[in-house]
Amino acid sequence: MPQPGSNYAQPSQRGWFGQHGGRFVAETLIHALDELEAVYAAAQADAQFQAEFAQDLAHYVGRPTPLYFAKALTERLNGPQIYLKREDLNHTGAHKINNCVGQALLARRMGKPRVIAETGAGQHGVATATVAARFGLDCQIYMGTEDIARQALNVYRMKLLGAEVVPVRSGSKTLKDAMNEALRDWVTHVDDTHYIIGTVAGPHPYPKLVRDFQAVIGQEARSQCLELAGRLPDALVACVGGGSNALGLFHPFIDDEEVRLVGVEAGGLGLETGRHAAPLNAGAVGVLHGNRTYLMQDADGRISPTHSISAGLDYPGVGPEHSHLQDIGRAEYSSVTDAEALDAFRLLNRTEGVMPALESSHALAWVVREAAALAEQVVIVNLSGRGDKDIQTVADLDGTRL
Amino acid sequence: MSRIAATLQGLRDQGRRALVPFITAGDPNLEATALTLLALAEGGADMLELGIPFSDPEADGPAIQAASERALAAGASLAGALRCVQEFRLRNGETPMILMGYLNSILAMGESAFAERAASAGVDGLIVVNLPPEDSQALREALAKVGIDLILLAAPTTSDERLSRIDQAASGFIYLVSLKGITGADHLDVAAVKHHLGRLRQRTRLPVLVGFGIKDGETARAVAQHADGVVIGAALVSRMGALRTEPEAIPAALRRVVRDIRRAMDR
Repeated sequence: MPQPGSNYAQPSQRGWFGQHGGRFVAETLIHALDELEAVYAAAQADAQFQAEFAQDLAHYVGRPTPLYFAKALTERLNGPQIYLKREDLNHTGAHKINNCVGQALLARRMGKPRVIAETGAGQHGVATATVAARFGLDCQIYMGTEDIARQALNVYRMKLLGAEVVPVRSGSKTLKDAMNEALRDWVTHVDDTHYIIGTVAGPHPYPKLVRDFQAVIGQEARSQCLELAGRLPDALVACVGGGSNALGLFHPFIDDEEVRLVGVEAGGLGLETGRHAAPLNAGAVGVLHGNRTYLMQDADGRISPTHSISAGLDYPGVGPEHSHLQDIGRAEYSSVTDAEALDAFRLLNRTEGVMPALESSHALAWVVREAAALAEQVVIVNLSGRGDKDIQTVADLDGTRL
Repeated sequence: MSRIAATLQGLRDQGRRALVPFITAGDPNLEATALTLLALAEGGADMLELGIPFSDPEADGPAIQAASERALAAGASLAGALRCVQEFRLRNGETPMILMGYLNSILAMGESAFAERAASAGVDGLIVVNLPPEDSQALREALAKVGIDLILLAAPTTSDERLSRIDQAASGFIYLVSLKGITGADHLDVAAVKHHLGRLRQRTRLPVLVGFGIKDGETARAVAQHADGVVIGAALVSRMGALRTEPEAIPAALRRVVRDIRRAMDR
């Protein structure tokens, strides 16, 4: 984490990262956000809470995850030394569980017996349903009907874990609409319900809180890299939808100015087609889901439909801290297309015997494309999740019926 | 004194309560909206609330979500909503007009540009569902320059200290959300509303109007006994949804609904 005396102290007390962030919600929710903020501040200062979180990450989630030197891929690309941060090896198969364990502990601390969440690909929904089962919390997961059709496996998985999956039929029937519906549920059941937001977006304190729970990724990667490579990396690369895996990796390196931070957005069919999910590359600043940030929107401020091969990146906004890091030039944000991500997915399967999620394949695809320019550099790629959930999508593209 | 303040003062002097119907601009089309606004005023509305259709109405229930989707499908926008107001003002110069919507629509037009266009169209007040008082200063100042009230919301969960802060930032009136929930919810509890009105009255000299979950003449009458007025939205918008294939029937139908509610309130 940025140390005391760091130049980087974000967010402000009221949840602003420069001109991004804030708390743009219905008045009814302000009290619950105040409560969450206070409970989280107390938990941060509570050694017992921190010890329990660390214990759960070690014994339930399976941390630390390895920093794996991808020798075969490195030789194949003949460019950078590639290290993979293996978040795919976490319990439930993605980094999402880190945040869910932390927020379940907060829900218990607040005495709230019920949790809700939104999900797109289903990874955050599965992670929420998982911690709800373990902590004995009632759980409802909001999911767009488009995504339910695309992610049948994860839908059934959530049901097996005891959660109720609520189909969302409004708007574009995807992740953003699931988040609208989760907010509507929360405003109605605010007394007994905690909303587990899955990414570094939403009203303050969520962007900070989720970042802090995910920062374990970068804390581990930093010391692992010093041990394995004998020095800090030259670059960190991570995919960005809302941006929780990226910020978790980046944040402990913020003060290491020589380390390049690269976020990779979903370029979909290409930025020039307008069919993508890359608000940092091709969006404008606006307000949605409780925060001010870059958004995909039209001239009238209506949120635009997005497209990505990866349901987990198919979101029109991005965490406000990423918007700030782009504005101040500390991080850079690129994009890769569906096709490039798919090629990278296949490449990692064949070279390393590792199946990345289509989300994580975006980060990998950027390294493949930029390999020549990265020659000899030490690069860490966040392998944020495993790709089992995407087998059906890839098989469909191959024309294979399973 | 603003048109809103004058209207509420006039009602207070007569011992009457304000009836404020809400409809969504452009549902099912902009022509029907302007005619419906006129009909609502004829039916007994004291002020009018016009929703700016938005793609992601996160504080609205199914009825107003559907209205927003119908309006967007028919090409409605904030600019279209302002044209409706302009048209309405050609034939009605008295009834205060309040726009209600989400912040991103305003930001996309630009706060100052919005204020100027809204004022010249004849808008009197603005309610932004997802704008907290702490971050309302820029918009408030832009609106104050052109004489438009920024109306803020209070909720059952709002602390006493915060009610005072809302009072300081608001003008026109304060909109008390009747319940924990979304528009069109069906768990209105008049005793709870009375309790929260009491807390708010101690901290503001502005009139207080109550909205969310007020469905008919009876609930309007019950709530209006304690408040300065009531807002009715989802119940009207549902009626419009049922008539969407015959938009020419909407103005007369809504005039009747509002007249019935008016009678119940004035009984």
